[in-house]
Amino acid sequence: MSAMVSLRDVTKDFAAGARAVRAVDGVSLEIERGDVFGVIGYSGAGKSTLVRLINALETPTSGTVVVDDVLMTGRTERELRPVRARIGFIFQQFNLLNSRTVAGNVAYPLRVARWPKARRQARVAELLEFVGLSDKAGQYPDTLSGGQMQRVGIARALATSPSLLLADEATSALDPETTRDVLDLLRRVNVELGVTIVVISHEMSVVSYLCNRVAVMEAGRVVELGDVYDIFASPEQPVTQRFISTALHDRPSAEVIARLRLRHPGRIVTIGIRDTGGSGTLLTEQLRAHRVDGSIVYGGITDIGARPLGSLTLELVGADADVDGFITSIRGHTDLVEHGHGPQDDAGPSSGTDVIQ
Amino acid sequence: MNSGGQNLWPLLLTAIGQTLQMVLATLVIGGVAGLVLGTLLYTTRPGNLMANRAVYSVLNLLVNIVRPIPFIIFITAVLPLTVQVTGTSFGTRAVIFPMAIMATFATSRIVEQNLVALDPGVIEAARSMGAGPWRIVWTVIVREALAPLILGYTFLFVAITDMSAMAGAVAGGGLGDFAIQYGYQRYNYAVMGITVAVIVVIVQFAQLLGNKLASRVLRR
Repeated sequence: MSAMVSLRDVTKDFAAGARAVRAVDGVSLEIERGDVFGVIGYSGAGKSTLVRLINALETPTSGTVVVDDVLMTGRTERELRPVRARIGFIFQQFNLLNSRTVAGNVAYPLRVARWPKARRQARVAELLEFVGLSDKAGQYPDTLSGGQMQRVGIARALATSPSLLLADEATSALDPETTRDVLDLLRRVNVELGVTIVVISHEMSVVSYLCNRVAVMEAGRVVELGDVYDIFASPEQPVTQRFISTALHDRPSAEVIARLRLRHPGRIVTIGIRDTGGSGTLLTEQLRAHRVDGSIVYGGITDIGARPLGSLTLELVGADADVDGFITSIRGHTDLVEHGHGPQDDAGPSSGTDVIQ
Repeated sequence: MNSGGQNLWPLLLTAIGQTLQMVLATLVIGGVAGLVLGTLLYTTRPGNLMANRAVYSVLNLLVNIVRPIPFIIFITAVLPLTVQVTGTSFGTRAVIFPMAIMATFATSRIVEQNLVALDPGVIEAARSMGAGPWRIVWTVIVREALAPLILGYTFLFVAITDMSAMAGAVAGGGLGDFAIQYGYQRYNYAVMGITVAVIVVIVQFAQLLGNKLASRVLRR
């Protein structure tokens, strides 16, 4: 089966006064059916434009866009309307119609699609049930909380049973707890309804919670693309590394290392935890085999796409040869960074841990 | 209320009737035509739903040319056209024609200003659902802006009432004409005062109704 979304060398220029600004610059990517695909980047990176190229709210300056086997480029506005109706869209500011009730908002796309009234009402009831807002059907949007408004937005976007849902910073206007609720709802949309989702965000935590694949955008280009776990485990571009560091806090910064050295006289190392390599069991085995004492002084392990990822920073105490042997055998399984010794003259017992997430 | 032995009450009643006729007819004709023109101004603006620089520029220029013409001059300027359309050059019916045209242009700006304040996000949402431009105009743009539009039309009612005072220029009658003829020109301040009071009451009533309607639409 072909990809749900296929972009080929897509470029979008906007006229800004006399000169043109290139918002999207030669982007090619494929989004498979069933994916939850993240697009992450700082504001101005072109991600909002990119997502609007997918449902042809914007037309590309060059390149081709194919969605669900329909070529979106080179079509008239009139031809595009029915195609757009088959792609759901949710917005950061929800964009609900304040002049209509919750039910009226969800019914709007069905009116556009000319559904008869009876079917429309049944579908609206079904959708409000799905998003858990059946009791709010007769209320107006301005009486709802942000999270409730976005759930109305999701119900409205799903009304015509689209196979693709585009979410443009859908949780950026919400508090952390509500964000989690909306992300869980989006996950249900993907798993229970089989809808492919494209999530635009500047928050790596949203991507790590929801997505299986991610594209990192910078200055209109996709600079890194791949499996979310792989990107988190080994980010290559500086911009990706900055985003990862906002979501993962398991590796000690230079200041933290300096403080750890003051407190802990042994050799301090950071060991990567991967589902492919390092694990707690491996560490225990190797410490025992090399007769090295290891105490955890910093670190954290996070669940990324249902797989463990993180690092542990240990203070290693033992004979130099034993510690060297331990380090060598760990390096055969996962990455290990040495931070050197603590103060050797002050050989007091190491105490406590700095931060354990 | 007498003037030179003449009982003016029946004349005042006639004048009230003429004013209401002029104002309501103008409000309906100019209001509808102005809504269409104002919506066109908004939607054809560069970057908007039906962006069309040529249409927008022509409409914008037209509105800017007609609007500043003093109404008293406008009445005489369009007189030949008035005769063509209404079949008469004087009387209440004759004055409704220039009033409706002037009101159309005034309304178009009021409508345009209220629509500009609309959140473009809701229009984008409707577009993303596959709605066409005309559907968006009537089911999203006008409907979302209904409350400020009602207040705009209330403002318009007062402006039209003011405009109708010049109907005397073509023997159109009405309260303004009555106040000038029987009050101002005869130094009869009682007549002037009463007439002005009647106008104030009409305007108050219109404003009250407009506010009530707008707050009902806003559900407040």
